[in-house]
Amino acid sequence: MLAELGHFTLILAFAVSLVQATVPLIGAHRRAPGWMAVAEPAANAQFLLVAFSFGALTYAFVTSDFSLSLVTANSHSLKPMLYKVTGVWGNHEGSMLLWVLIVTLFGAAVSWFGGNLPATLKARVLAVQSMIGAAFLAFLLFTSNPFLRLAVPPMDGQDLNPLLQDPGLAFHPPFLYLGYVGLSMSFSFAVAALIEGRVDAAWGRWVRPWTLAAWIFLTIGIALGSWWAYYELGWGGFWFWDPVENASFMPWLVAAALLHSAIVVEKRESLKAWTVLLAIVAFGFSLIGAFITRSGIITSVHAFANDPERGVFLLLILAVFMGGALILFAVRAEAMSSRGVFSMVSRESGLVLNNVLLCVAAFVVFVGTIWPLVAELAFDRKLSVGAPFFNLAFTPFMVALGLVLPFGAMLPWKRARLGRVSRTLVPGAVLALAVLALAWAIQSGRTVLGPFGMALGAWLVAGAAVDLWSRSGRGGDRFGRLRRLPRADWGKAVAHAGLGVAMIGISAMLAWQQEDIRVVQIGDSVELAGYTITLDAVNRVEGPNYISTTGAVTLSRNGHEIGQLRPEKRFYPVARMPTTEAAIDNGFLRDIYVVIGDPQDGGGWAMRSYYKPLANWIWGGTILMALGGALSLSDRRFRVAAGSRKTVAEGVPAE
Amino acid sequence: MRALVLAAALALVATLAPAVQPDEVLADPALESRAREISQGLRCLVCRNENIDDSNAELARDLRLLVRERLTAGDSDTEVVDFITDRYGEYVLLKPTTGGANWLLWGAGPLMLVLGLGIGALFVRRRSQGAASREDALSPEEEQRLQALLKE
Repeated sequence: MLAELGHFTLILAFAVSLVQATVPLIGAHRRAPGWMAVAEPAANAQFLLVAFSFGALTYAFVTSDFSLSLVTANSHSLKPMLYKVTGVWGNHEGSMLLWVLIVTLFGAAVSWFGGNLPATLKARVLAVQSMIGAAFLAFLLFTSNPFLRLAVPPMDGQDLNPLLQDPGLAFHPPFLYLGYVGLSMSFSFAVAALIEGRVDAAWGRWVRPWTLAAWIFLTIGIALGSWWAYYELGWGGFWFWDPVENASFMPWLVAAALLHSAIVVEKRESLKAWTVLLAIVAFGFSLIGAFITRSGIITSVHAFANDPERGVFLLLILAVFMGGALILFAVRAEAMSSRGVFSMVSRESGLVLNNVLLCVAAFVVFVGTIWPLVAELAFDRKLSVGAPFFNLAFTPFMVALGLVLPFGAMLPWKRARLGRVSRTLVPGAVLALAVLALAWAIQSGRTVLGPFGMALGAWLVAGAAVDLWSRSGRGGDRFGRLRRLPRADWGKAVAHAGLGVAMIGISAMLAWQQEDIRVVQIGDSVELAGYTITLDAVNRVEGPNYISTTGAVTLSRNGHEIGQLRPEKRFYPVARMPTTEAAIDNGFLRDIYVVIGDPQDGGGWAMRSYYKPLANWIWGGTILMALGGALSLSDRRFRVAAGSRKTVAEGVPAE
Repeated sequence: MRALVLAAALALVATLAPAVQPDEVLADPALESRAREISQGLRCLVCRNENIDDSNAELARDLRLLVRERLTAGDSDTEVVDFITDRYGEYVLLKPTTGGANWLLWGAGPLMLVLGLGIGALFVRRRSQGAASREDALSPEEEQRLQALLKE
């Protein structure tokens, strides 16, 4: 019954979305307040209806209602409660419902926080957002109904893919979708501004928090996914350049570019047309991501069940939204002539360079991802494009970005002198070179990648610190002034430093990882990078819905025990699938990563041990990046702007 | 029932070999590290976008053994890769060749960078030379809007 209600509210939401997509748009065109006012209650109604539907599906999963075919296919009565809930989005239909829920959530959020938007712009934004909602609701209702019943419900379900039964991956999709779909907000603002025919500093200020929020969520989502891959897939890789990973990485890169170009619009009223174009393209990459993940046209490790019909529908959505927005852009581009004048060396030109590098990097990832498809269709060649290509073709752009970033971040607006900025950055450069020399001296005869990456990361971190310090003025209470700097300044420095920290982690791990693969008898030890890893015992343990082979491993150094590790091999009988659960001793400077393998014919167990230097810095860096974004989002100018109109509306005299 | 499931489970677990196994590792560390290097550039044909070094598949193990066999026989790195490419086609290469239409793939980044930098430089140049007085003046529409606002 509840499931039918959920289905019904979904249909209602579709009807509401059609109204919201048209009436406010006409209202804004005719300047009819009543018509425009439809948008806000409609956005709230749409959100509540979809939320109810989502709740109904969650309830079905929680109560293991196996009369729903989706629950049968993706759940099991013995599954822990957490994974019953997260199982809702561990499949195509449910994840699409989550996607739609977030589209409507963002629409509703505009009506909650958009108090300071001009009425026509708000009506148009909500209408465009609702068009996106309508498209995906139609997709859900016509091709991927999550509420299909089974005529004969089975006694129990087929269980969720065991790889997904993991805390890291349980929350990976919601964050990722908040990011993907958050970019729909920037898209809606861009299209609304094009319809409006006005892009100005105020628009830049309104669109930036939404983009920033989307980017933060994407950052967290990607980090969770990579962290999961690190500990779950059993050899400690953290990024595979898989098409689905790339699908989330491209919008991240473009959103990062958009984030920076929107600053130029906000502060200097320049780069307007480019920023609008970026906002459109960023959401385009989100849609391409959805298409890649769900159409099965590019196979990958974690694609959902694939279906050509769905692929065609998604391609249609992509074509309509991108085509429509780009045509509108071409027609209205003239209205967005840039105004600000700036010299060749200035913050503006620095941000242009940032945008070029980020966009070209995203383009390289895009070409690499679709090349196998292009080669097969156009040149009749079946080939692969994998990690070695991306490492070679993508990394230079990030290195270039890292090299110029501290300069760009410190250049003043309009007119700058490179010499002055360079002099301020000398301590940063000295530190980076010292790190380079130190790393070079410690390592023996390996790639230059490690020391160079460390130096680049140090350069970024030091650059961010120098930037903050130089903003604290001269003499007197510098620390006090430092503390009172706008949150946006802190956010910028923290995010940039986070990039540096992540670069340090990545290059250290790639350059200095050590591994040991061998057969270990019970009681035997492995020596690795100064640590002693002893296999004490191997036990069979029964979990709630799996059987586990658990190794008892002692980690010690110089005879002192550091920790006990419990690497597992699990087998999920219902899904008939094994998983490896690596045991990791996390440390600030290194991870020790142990995986238990198979029993060997001659006795003993295969065991793999890894020494991974600075592994946690990778995720520490991404957390810093997200934190920097959040700091910037909480800046006073966004909060004050949000409340300022209320005082005007209530007739309080301005100060 | 439970015993049956357990037996089935153990049978399955026993046949699954994750990535490089201890019995595959070559005695000569230099040779082994070359083998690992090569393996990371070869695709496991039955997997989805995994290299044979990381893959659990039986075929990947066969390929890993083949790579080591060729290396022990004295082949150079390129000879080993050529040997495998001859047998399985270029699909097996995770790093595509630069031959034929693939120049587009490899050239895409640098070409786009040149293009992007060119357009960016042109834009910045125009901005820096633009007559400040004209740029700062209000456009006719803005003039109108200003008048309208002043009348209110």
